[in-house]
Amino acid sequence: MPVTRSEALELRSAADVVSVRQVVRTWAVEAGFSLVDQTKMVTAASEIARNTIDYGGGGNATLELITDGSRRGLRVAFEDKGPGIPDIQQAMTDHYTTGNGLGLGLGGAKRLVNEFHITSRVGEGTRVVITRWK
Amino acid sequence: MDHIPILKLRDFLLVTIQVDMHDRLAMQLQDDLTARISETGARGVLMDISSLDIVDSFIGRMIANIAAMARVLDAETVVVGMQPAVAITLVELGLTLPGVRTALNVDKGMALLESATREIGDSPAADAGHTE
Repeated sequence: MPVTRSEALELRSAADVVSVRQVVRTWAVEAGFSLVDQTKMVTAASEIARNTIDYGGGGNATLELITDGSRRGLRVAFEDKGPGIPDIQQAMTDHYTTGNGLGLGLGGAKRLVNEFHITSRVGEGTRVVITRWK
Repeated sequence: MDHIPILKLRDFLLVTIQVDMHDRLAMQLQDDLTARISETGARGVLMDISSLDIVDSFIGRMIANIAAMARVLDAETVVVGMQPAVAITLVELGLTLPGVRTALNVDKGMALLESATREIGDSPAADAGHTE
């Protein structure tokens, strides 16, 4: 799948979650997303970015503008070198949380995008990739 | 530390969120609002979120918390001006803000607050027999 553009952002603090939201918004506009689609992608990115910081101890986000034939899409990969998730299925369940959030982050983000991939190794880290097509 | 301004108008507190809030700013607003309700004896809180172009689970939880805390402090909360795209996303995310009153705009929100607080203020007898 051809990547037309990419950019990496650091995720260290709560302020970085705001930066990710703003950059994802700009890119979603450039990809020609409707307002609702922009909002869904930005919200999903905000949820995962916060997880990367709160549970993964920080990491980075890589944005990619991609094309598949005539389709255009936006893909964002979030990576941390944190403790990892022992039971992904449980973590994806709505209202399950090990922190003090609502437990809607992963499951909710998955519902807001077209493609959602999560890989995690205990002791090594977690990688979440979300994609939304125009 | 940044703060979101809170205005007092008669018995009500007005908050307009005009910046993309980071999590600490949202927590600060929660603390500031509860303190102001208790200081001023305000009967209602009107929160205008028309400038917010996203509400994620953290901000949604902050809004629900403010409404719950205000209720315990004898004040009603009305959230006004949610953008349609935000409403669609919020419900899909799984957040329906139970217990939070909403209105389409500030005018309707003020009317709702006035009638909600008048009901409680004017009819203590009727109140005793009903729960919300």
